[in-house]
Amino acid sequence: MGQITLSAVTKTFGDVNVIPPLDLSINDGEFVVFVGPSGCGKSTLLRLIAGLEDFSSGKIMIDGKDATDAPPAQRGLAMVFQSYALYPHMSVRKNIAFPLKMAKLSQAEQDKKVDNAARILNLTNYLDRRPGQLSGGQRQRVAIGRAIVREPAAFLFDEPLSNLDAALRVTMRQEISELHQTLKTTMVYVTHDQVEAMTMADKIVVLNAGRIEQVGSPMELYRTPANLFVAGFIGSPKMNFITGAEAAKHGCHTIGVRPEHIEVAPGGIWQGTVGLAEHLGSDTFLKVRTETVGELTVRVSGEMNLHHGDRVSLGPQPGKIYRFDENGKASA
Amino acid sequence: MATEHSRTAARLMVSPAVILLFLWMIVPLGMTIYFSFLRYNLLMPGMESWTGFDNYYYFINQPSFWAALTNTLLLVGGVLCITIFGGVALALLLDQPFKGQGIVRVMVIAPFFVMPTVSALVWKNMFMNPVNGMFAHIAKALGFQPYDFLSHAPLASIILIVAWSWLPFSTLILLTALQSLDREQMDAAEMDGANWINRFIYLTVPHLTRSITVVILIQTIFLLSVFAEILVTTNGGPGTASTNLPYLVYAQSLLNFDVGGGSAGGIIAVILANIVAIFLMRMIGKNLES
Repeated sequence: MGQITLSAVTKTFGDVNVIPPLDLSINDGEFVVFVGPSGCGKSTLLRLIAGLEDFSSGKIMIDGKDATDAPPAQRGLAMVFQSYALYPHMSVRKNIAFPLKMAKLSQAEQDKKVDNAARILNLTNYLDRRPGQLSGGQRQRVAIGRAIVREPAAFLFDEPLSNLDAALRVTMRQEISELHQTLKTTMVYVTHDQVEAMTMADKIVVLNAGRIEQVGSPMELYRTPANLFVAGFIGSPKMNFITGAEAAKHGCHTIGVRPEHIEVAPGGIWQGTVGLAEHLGSDTFLKVRTETVGELTVRVSGEMNLHHGDRVSLGPQPGKIYRFDENGKASA
Repeated sequence: MATEHSRTAARLMVSPAVILLFLWMIVPLGMTIYFSFLRYNLLMPGMESWTGFDNYYYFINQPSFWAALTNTLLLVGGVLCITIFGGVALALLLDQPFKGQGIVRVMVIAPFFVMPTVSALVWKNMFMNPVNGMFAHIAKALGFQPYDFLSHAPLASIILIVAWSWLPFSTLILLTALQSLDREQMDAAEMDGANWINRFIYLTVPHLTRSITVVILIQTIFLLSVFAEILVTTNGGPGTASTNLPYLVYAQSLLNFDVGGGSAGGIIAVILANIVAIFLMRMIGKNLES
């Protein structure tokens, strides 16, 4: 079980309203990712769910029970922190056993659960080390182990991969996804990295200034962004936005075209000069300065041999243009 | 890394300071050792003669020596207990957010800046005096007999005075240590179901051990040589009830005019301090590693 429902939740720090009234429901077994730019309130939202911050108003239900005033330990949730928050003076074994010790389980039971968690996370050989003697990825796994042993209704992850290097981040991302497949427990994951959101989530919640901009599966958000913010945030490189005369042709205020939906071929509707070409091998990202619609980012095949200063002709793929009205809302 | 040449140059540059420090230490120590083997009495100047270990023999075999040794250890131990437990408690309080935090913190630190003689006299005359002292007034107001602290519990009173002036030191060091405790660790422990007592035992105390070690080591060094507070309050009395080793050395050399015996006492105090230091390092020094 691990169903979480937030209704009309708000949070204010002094005069600052961090989270305006917000409703959200998270289903059992779902992998939900909160994504948004820094300072959008996503970590605060997670801490509210965890019970580490008090609600200014609103209600939280966990598995159908009102948990608004329940202390963190009684909500049945486990959290993995950005800094891992391991206890530095305890061995890995004692770190993982700490929640069990606090729950006053017998020593034998503690050992059994710790060994089991260590086996799942490949930590068996490190149980007697201190956190200071472990690498970043191992510490991350210990933090996850400490969460697993409690058998929580849901896991909460607060930007758990942001302290790891790029290669390790990809590995840990896959490990967490696999863990979700194995445990089938609800997971709530906070990140500012849209790649993590896209790759891991069943459901993405895009947050901006405390407001939920859109909720949906990764592909829904990619295919049908509800507004300019989501359209710009999901997808890498960022969507191109064009305003003015070109947008008016399509009968709206702004149009958006994803870099991968622009084709470079003779006879395109836009003409321009290549400003910057980033060769990634499989793909090349071009910054093209066009005469009519400003600078566009274009994603082309890595085989296409284009360089700074080349003249190109380009145009959007048919049916891949997003239209937005003057308020930034998507229009059909 | 430095080359051989620059390392030699570095040693050469440092040597004047090192030599000066060494002389600063070795000359007084050598003279004290030399005097401790002389029959050297200020009432009979120019009559010094070699006596071997007699000074040590007589210093140790006077009854006040063992009293002074016990008092020294009680003083150090008592003040350490009060300042560590009180310091942790005060640091925990001051770490809470409250209005006027800055001013309160400065006020808490203030006693450390009061000179030992001044603070001891303030305590003696304004608080502990059985006629005019604050404590006497309080006792009388509550209908009790005023208590003459410095005559009836001289050592305990001195421990109180010294602890009062050292409490800010330990509070300050422990407070900074508390402030470096990771908030996320506390949050994690809260999620893990630890109440505030468990969080204190399993997180705060281990986090503070290193600072507590530092406080104990530094304070011990200074507390072994407490002198001014005793001189201005009890003069080591009544009898030898509040005489510690430094005070006994003072009494021997300058009240009994026996410089030889005083020097022997000084050397014994140095040896005692080293024994205490070795024990301390053995017991708690491992907390300073890594």
